[in-house]
Amino acid sequence: MTATTGTVTRPPAPGRLAVLAIAAAVVVLGVAPWVVDSYVISLASKVLVLGLLAMSVNLLTGVAGLPTLGQAAYFGVGAYAAALTARTVTQAGLVQLAVAVAVSAAVAAVTGIAVVRTRGITFLMLTLAIGELAYSVALEWSSVTGGSDGRAAPHVVPLPGMGELRLDGYIYLWVLAVFLVLFALVSAVVRSPFGLALRGIRDNEARLRAAGYPVTRYLLGAYTFAGGLAGAAGALWISSQQFVSPSEVGFTVSAMALIAVVIGGLGSMSGAVAGTAVVVLTRDYIGGQLDGRGPLLLGIVFVLAVYLLPRGLAGLRTAFARPRAAGARGAGPAAGGDPPTRPPAVAAAAGRRGPSDSDGPGTLP
Amino acid sequence: MPVLGWLDTYLVSMVDGVAFGLLYFTLAVGLSLVFGMMDVLNLAHGTLYLGGAYVAYLLSDGGWTGLAVGLGAGVALGLAGGALLAALTQPLARRGHLDQALLTLGLSIIGADLFLLAAGGETLPAEAPAGLRGSVELAGHAYPAYRLVFIGIAAALALAVYLVFERSSLGALVRATVADRDMVRVLGVDTRKVLFGVFAAGAVLAVLGGVLGAPILGPGPGVDAHVLVMSLVVVVVGGLGSVRGALLGALLVGQVDTLGRAVAPEYAAFLLFGAMFAVLAVRPRGLVSVVRTAP
Amino acid sequence: MRIGQAGAAAADEGSQGEREQPAQRAPGPAPTGRAVSALLEVSGVTRCFGELRAVDDVTLSVSEGARHALIGPNGAGKSTLFNVVAGALRPTAGRVRLAGRDVTRLPEWRRARLGLARTFQHSSVLLHCTAVENVLVSVQREAGVAARMLPAPRRRRALVDQCLELLDTVGLAGREHLRAAALSHGERRQLELAVALGARPRLLLLDEPAAGMSPAETARLTELVRGLPREVTVLLIEHDLDVVFGLADRVTVLHLGRHLATGTPQQVRADPAVREAYLGASDAAELF
Repeated sequence: MTATTGTVTRPPAPGRLAVLAIAAAVVVLGVAPWVVDSYVISLASKVLVLGLLAMSVNLLTGVAGLPTLGQAAYFGVGAYAAALTARTVTQAGLVQLAVAVAVSAAVAAVTGIAVVRTRGITFLMLTLAIGELAYSVALEWSSVTGGSDGRAAPHVVPLPGMGELRLDGYIYLWVLAVFLVLFALVSAVVRSPFGLALRGIRDNEARLRAAGYPVTRYLLGAYTFAGGLAGAAGALWISSQQFVSPSEVGFTVSAMALIAVVIGGLGSMSGAVAGTAVVVLTRDYIGGQLDGRGPLLLGIVFVLAVYLLPRGLAGLRTAFARPRAAGARGAGPAAGGDPPTRPPAVAAAAGRRGPSDSDGPGTLP
Repeated sequence: MPVLGWLDTYLVSMVDGVAFGLLYFTLAVGLSLVFGMMDVLNLAHGTLYLGGAYVAYLLSDGGWTGLAVGLGAGVALGLAGGALLAALTQPLARRGHLDQALLTLGLSIIGADLFLLAAGGETLPAEAPAGLRGSVELAGHAYPAYRLVFIGIAAALALAVYLVFERSSLGALVRATVADRDMVRVLGVDTRKVLFGVFAAGAVLAVLGGVLGAPILGPGPGVDAHVLVMSLVVVVVGGLGSVRGALLGALLVGQVDTLGRAVAPEYAAFLLFGAMFAVLAVRPRGLVSVVRTAP
Repeated sequence: MRIGQAGAAAADEGSQGEREQPAQRAPGPAPTGRAVSALLEVSGVTRCFGELRAVDDVTLSVSEGARHALIGPNGAGKSTLFNVVAGALRPTAGRVRLAGRDVTRLPEWRRARLGLARTFQHSSVLLHCTAVENVLVSVQREAGVAARMLPAPRRRRALVDQCLELLDTVGLAGREHLRAAALSHGERRQLELAVALGARPRLLLLDEPAAGMSPAETARLTELVRGLPREVTVLLIEHDLDVVFGLADRVTVLHLGRHLATGTPQQVRADPAVREAYLGASDAAELF
């Protein structure tokens, strides 16, 4: 079936500019190890790894409308699983990645059964509790996790037969390769029928149920997928740091990921990565120069982001690009729906998407 | 008599469980009511406890005066902190709950780092008043006297909160606001005043919990997050917006946590997980549910 | 508002003839010329909210292909009954059967998959999604690809074309790529109808579809519903009695949660009990 009617229009294709921007970003990221020093490159690895974690938070918070503070739990599960695999089974990065994804997705699926029945702030509360309990587990289950000493892992070998990656630049390239694949995968999922269903649930759960969607199952699917993604980030953390300790499972990591998503603009995957860059640079780079006061700066960034960036960086971008012109007929009698003002409902978390960022993931800032 | 033997072995842990349960209650009740009334999830609640614990550490002089001064300072600090938090979150009320949670989260991170800057990375020993430093005999076991006194004081505090909330006209107003905020507003009550009051009272309780609890759970990095999460679990288990629920949840969580630590130290956190999910599976809105949760 | 092409999509789905008046008869199944089977049977349904019996022992049967209207004063329990039929509410007592199958215990989404689609009393669209995406949600469900986690561009294009046609049918051509939040109230109602039709329903529940619509939009809506193929059975709640009597071949009146009367529009119009319910025994001429 093809559209032939004159009045029927196609959805706007992703702009050439966006494609160019992505290509440029990939090139810049790819040549980075030959340009900058090893401290910066290891920081860049960190941004990519935590950026994946932020994307998993964003999938739940920005796409499905479930604000989470517990993704570090699955990040930690993935990291410990990868570390144990590396110590006892194989140095092969791909195998560690697969194990980490499988284990963390399984844990997310089991814990998710209880969690996805709740919404809004209750969901936030419950995931926060899960994150913190996971921290306790990491600390106390010392026969597996090594307790507060953490677990070290040998250097990664991306594929069997290759050499160990010892230089920061090579490690970065391995992280980047996995990151790009997963970024493409997540972007595809957001554009898929499943992704549309999640956005629909975020906007109006009752409508989706009436349209024949088993909402809880879809959310459990999203939770499991996001858990697996966080686990993949955990495996890459082991690749890049060769070490995991309970502090990587802690509340601060989840909080960083959530604020990165908020700064980047809910729903935008490239925004989540950009937000992560802001957060990591603030805490580690600038904070490092200010006598280790990174957390203080991070807290200030939180407060500023909440007061000053109600729609995140993405909102800033669209506000400059197209000042609310889309759809001039917003003055219907049923108020409360105009995109720029977020409705004060529990699900309001979702309302951050701007009026014209439907291209969402895809463009790199 | 295996049961009696078991009881005897873990008696100390069980009494500890009561002490910690009541400690979590002082935080959970404020958290629960503020959330029940205004849907504000105050993630800086643990910071208030930490502040109280540092106050106790600074002012404790080994005597009763130090404790009294500490309590006075705690009340002042709680009022100031509660007022500040309420004032900061109010402008965001129309913007949705996530923003309020994020704001208090940011404040708690700032608070934690400032405490770290001021007090260093060690967990500080806060001394109980000299007269209570010893132990007493408890069914054949030595038990720290201060903990027993703490249980007494905290139980009295819990009872007072319960009576004010359930029996007084002020409490009725708070309960009504929890149940139907708009209706109370329509009746001509300034709900913002009620919110401010509950916010401040909750903050004072949390700080007092810190002042009194410092000899049991001393001030140090990470303590704020720990007590915050424990009280969150209490609220989730107990049910939102209810004093009775908070108390029930607190005693349950206290038992599971300390007893679990004593019986199976490696798996204590799993036990807590399990208890939380078990309660949620049977009663999704907690043991005592009063708030209609928005769909 | 452009009028026309209403039922363009409907036309290729089946004939829209057979609009003869049903036989004048008392409520209850009775043999007529053609075989009429009940698509929806509601028997003895009661739904309480605390002390309030919002729906009180209502029995109702909607035959296949019917245009059945549910009317009654405010508080009659129409929307509650709707929600019980759709599965959003569980009845306190009684049974609901859809196409002969007992669906009383089935969750809402399962009933939707049995061919039940609905619109809501207050527009219920996905405000942050575009009009096309709104319709796509039900179209992709109906096509059985909703759970796919990877996009299939070619398949999607076909589904999007289907959505565009539906939007054209309900009169939203040219507004396809606007976010629902940017649509007017009346347009959102039209969008909702497109969403419901996108599910290719056997039974379409319309809860006050004309509420908040302009007279032109209402006329268009009436035309559209009238043009639906007879495979689609319609049960609608409506306050606009012009719409009711313009569309319905059968009318059920609820009053204070109870079933008051069922019959043809003429029978219901003439029923003294109905007049009393609406107007308290006074002259009902101006009402109808």
